[in-house]
Amino acid sequence: MAEENVLITMRDIVKTFPGVIALDHAQLTLRKGEIHALMGENGAGKSTIIKCLTGVYHRDSGEVHMEGVEGNIFNRNTMDAQNIGIATVYQEVNLCPNLSVAENLFIGREPRTAIRTIDWRKMNKQAQKLMDDLDIQVDVTQTLENYSIAIQQMIAIARAVDMECKALILDEPTSSLDDKEVEKLFKLMRQLKAKGVGIIFVTHFLEQVYEVCDRITVMRNGTFVGEYKIEELPRVKLVAAMLGKDVDDLAAIEKSEIDPKKAETLLTAKGLSHKGTIHPFDFEIEKGEVVGLAGLLGSGRSELVRCLYGADLAQTGTETIDGKELKIKNPLDSIKAGMAYLPDDRKADGCIAGLSVRENIIIALQARYGLFKKIPMSKQIEIADKYIKELNVKTASRETLLGQLSGGNQQKVILGRWLATNPKLLILDEPTRGIDIGTKTEIQKKVIELAKKGMSVIFISSELDEMIRTCTRMLIMRDGKKVGELTSSETELTQGVIMNAIAGGEK
Amino acid sequence: MKETWEKIRKSPLFLPIVSMILVLLINLFKDAGFFAIGFNNGIISGRLIDVLNRGSEIAILAVGMTLVVAVSAGTDISVGSVMALAACGCCSLLAGYGVTSVTELKYPMLVGMLFGVLLGAICGGFNGFLVAKMKIQPMVATLILFTAARAIGLLVNANMIVYIRYKPYSYLGNFIPGCPLPTPIFAAIVVIAVVALFLRNTAMGTFIQAVGINSRAARIAGINSTVICWSCYLVCGICAGIAGIIASSRIYSADSANIGLNYEMDAILSVALGGNSLGGGKFNLAGSVIGAYTIQAITTTLLAMGVSTDQAPVVKAIIVVLIVVIQSPIFKEWMAARKAKKVSAGKEITA
Amino acid sequence: MAKKINGNNILLLITFVLFVLMYGIGCVIYADKGFTHLQTFLNILITNAGLICVACGMTCVMLTGGIDISVGSLIAMDCMILADGMSNKHMNAVTLVIMVLVIGLVFGTVQGVLVSYFDIQPFIVSMAGMFFARGMTAVINTNQLSITQDVSPLFYGWANAKINLPAFLGYMNKKGKMIPPFIRPSVVIALIVLVLVFVMLKYTKFGRILYAVGGNETSATMMGLNVKQTKMFAYILSSFLCSIGGVLYCLNTMSGSVQQARGFEMDAIASSVIGGTLLTGGVGNVIGSFVGVLINGTITQLVTTNGKLLSSWANIATAALLCFFIILQSIFALIKERSK
Repeated sequence: MAEENVLITMRDIVKTFPGVIALDHAQLTLRKGEIHALMGENGAGKSTIIKCLTGVYHRDSGEVHMEGVEGNIFNRNTMDAQNIGIATVYQEVNLCPNLSVAENLFIGREPRTAIRTIDWRKMNKQAQKLMDDLDIQVDVTQTLENYSIAIQQMIAIARAVDMECKALILDEPTSSLDDKEVEKLFKLMRQLKAKGVGIIFVTHFLEQVYEVCDRITVMRNGTFVGEYKIEELPRVKLVAAMLGKDVDDLAAIEKSEIDPKKAETLLTAKGLSHKGTIHPFDFEIEKGEVVGLAGLLGSGRSELVRCLYGADLAQTGTETIDGKELKIKNPLDSIKAGMAYLPDDRKADGCIAGLSVRENIIIALQARYGLFKKIPMSKQIEIADKYIKELNVKTASRETLLGQLSGGNQQKVILGRWLATNPKLLILDEPTRGIDIGTKTEIQKKVIELAKKGMSVIFISSELDEMIRTCTRMLIMRDGKKVGELTSSETELTQGVIMNAIAGGEK
Repeated sequence: MKETWEKIRKSPLFLPIVSMILVLLINLFKDAGFFAIGFNNGIISGRLIDVLNRGSEIAILAVGMTLVVAVSAGTDISVGSVMALAACGCCSLLAGYGVTSVTELKYPMLVGMLFGVLLGAICGGFNGFLVAKMKIQPMVATLILFTAARAIGLLVNANMIVYIRYKPYSYLGNFIPGCPLPTPIFAAIVVIAVVALFLRNTAMGTFIQAVGINSRAARIAGINSTVICWSCYLVCGICAGIAGIIASSRIYSADSANIGLNYEMDAILSVALGGNSLGGGKFNLAGSVIGAYTIQAITTTLLAMGVSTDQAPVVKAIIVVLIVVIQSPIFKEWMAARKAKKVSAGKEITA
Repeated sequence: MAKKINGNNILLLITFVLFVLMYGIGCVIYADKGFTHLQTFLNILITNAGLICVACGMTCVMLTGGIDISVGSLIAMDCMILADGMSNKHMNAVTLVIMVLVIGLVFGTVQGVLVSYFDIQPFIVSMAGMFFARGMTAVINTNQLSITQDVSPLFYGWANAKINLPAFLGYMNKKGKMIPPFIRPSVVIALIVLVLVFVMLKYTKFGRILYAVGGNETSATMMGLNVKQTKMFAYILSSFLCSIGGVLYCLNTMSGSVQQARGFEMDAIASSVIGGTLLTGGVGNVIGSFVGVLINGTITQLVTTNGKLLSSWANIATAALLCFFIILQSIFALIKERSK
């Protein structure tokens, strides 16, 4: 290779896990002073190739070369990688919340005094200077947990920068940030780029890729698909490259419409509030309606549905469903009232990984029946099979453990769990996050199909186009309050309009 | 052939049954007298019967412990002390405070026994409150009663050993006149059967596993995780109470310092030997019960070999460590790697 | 900028206040029994010199989010080795002490490897350790042995050496003679250990990594810190300090028996927790643990000074105090989570 400026080359990387080939002769090239997007669906091998580079995983074969380092590099752990200048910042901030900001920046390489003890004064001074240089306003002697996730992420990057890294890997750093914070992060990334650092940027957000990146490497099924300059690859082509096929039906979903004359109110909530997250809130949903809750993370959209469902207890307010007043003390009360809630954090709140697909599907229904009315096994099998088929779940058998399924299929199983309870109101919080595009479309279609059958759906998503495709009405939330409402009939549902509303600008 | 073997090996009862067979084989070679069963004075006797008899308390404890481990990925280390407290409470109530030996009871015997079980239930409920409601790590939460229960037992007994020299009191721990088998065996069967039937006929088993694997998700799915977790600790406390009464009945007295000593270890070991992961989640009651009797067989074997009760924990501690090491992912990976190496080596030879 | 008062500081404050309060009450009620003399306080230090060492080790382990419940049994084993070695095998006290310390290191290494490299729950490992050590004590000798002056004059000398403090701190006895307050060498050793561990936790890389591991283990790994090794050393340190504590404990009791130091793990854990170490790890220091030990010692002192109460009251009080503090910790944690 005669190309100049190359910082890292990975060639023919193979990595297998028991029963799976995660990487099949994958490759990646990173140049100095570029921001390089690494794209691919879930399971494409993005994380795996990065972990092979940073020493979290050990590759089976293949070559890794880096400018300024002799020979084929094999990092045994993250420390090895750091020593040659490869630093990583992950989605979950990997810092210690109980230590001070300064310690988080310097732990493991603290300035020492003459007798080899840690020099706290010097450390705090250096840390404050570093923060000031990067224009991050923090008091370095405070413990980290006092700062927001965004600041913590910046501190994590600052740590990497200060360790004089040549290559910085950002693994989905933006998924928990709001727009302003993302903007700050991008500014920092551009600063680093100007200093000649090579940045690998892994993300699911297409917009961000086009905003900040110079080059894209696309992976699929553990193999290398291609490397493109950003201007050479329009979005549609990028998606096509990721999927391995042309985008067919992403936009071709027919929405359900409600005849306003026949509309019947299903659920009304009045004055619902939760301290610190949502201000008193009125909410109404009709039968067969798909209501979207739009807003940034922290705007109160997830918190609102959690209160509606009783996952968090609302401090004030009343709820009525079908005209009957509800007393919701815990999720079980809501289930009995006909609600179902698919939580946004699939791993923590949704999956019961160690139980079989069958048990995961029947569990909510069983909870509704109560401890003593056990669903007979034959009935359980029948229900499980029904939803495995209906939702097209790819699983070896109904007794396979849920944890062994891919993310998208896990999500389908959890959706099946809720459909089995035959709810009147289905609450979906980020049902498509972190799952592949194919499954996304399937879930969107399913939502519309259910609404047509008369089920009411509350739909939350960070991807506006997805909401535009599925929702009949959209509530805009900001700072725990409803700040606007848009309906599809008025043909005002476009990304621009919604974003404007979310950001709080003029219409 | 190979597939059947794989199937057997993967079965949840593989570990407990194999270890049971192993212990029995060792005995067979060392001293076949282990298997001899005699019949005299209307009583069936023999080492095997002895194992079944002496293992009753451990089996009862193992039932409760299995649920606790499954639901909270932690163990209740207070069971031995709670046994002592239950026994002390029962005897002190029957004899009256500060009385060291009685032949006449102050209350009906059953009242005293139920009071003992109630004390166990209170202890279990307290542990459950700390773990389920206050979200304290199970072993730290139960550490409190691990020390305190025995100390409270001493207080209840006014720092003495209380003797109940009332014949029927000893029936539960020994023989009911006319019955050839020791009573504890039946007591264990009853407890195991009640719990097993309850698990079989309700959704409790699924709920416990769901809570043990992911309690937040279980809550969202409509399961009251707190109550499920709490009730497992309650059951464990009740089991400890029952075991304590049996242990007390055996020696027709309450000795706070010695009743249930080291039993927590046996109970936890039973769960581990039963093939249950100490990390919680899936569980198998039958495995734990087999595990419990295996432990007792080991103890009986050790005692027969002249090892004292104080020394026996050394062997058990080593067994626990071996089991958890074998269960640990690192060890499994290592074995898999070895196997893969063997396979590839074999291929090279054939190639 | 005002320093933020967080839950952890409050916990430590409560501990200090509690100690002062308890000791104060003791001084008022038992003034006639000499509770007000400095010597009473020093006696608490002398009896609990071992506990101070053990609590230091326990704190280090608990900082990583782990726990070590084998300490009580390990102390029993140490005492038995010392007592049996001196009285039955007529071995030199110095050799025996070195042997005990080496055994502590080996014991800790085994536990540490199992916890860190095999990823087994610390509780299970140290519980096995607890039964193993207790069983080994019985294997060595099942009798109650005591160490007398005839058996080992050297060891006896260590145990009874007095280090007098300036006389003006003392008190007049009935004959009008000034009795200077004194401590034993064991207290000096314990305090040295305390200072060393304090410095280690605050000013060395290893110490800070202990905190990092307790704060977030995955993060610590990702930051390139050697988490496994650190955890292993924490357990080695705990067992080693426990062995030092065992020797000091033996100097105080001068005996060895299977039943010795039962429930000692509880005292050590309680001292640490009362002193503000979080069970979840990452927060705490040995100064707090030291105050925890003092509270623990004061409880025992109060119970023994009373003379009528059963000794089990001390156990119950410690357990209740531990219970109180872990519930406090848990409430603080819940509040913190809710305010997020």
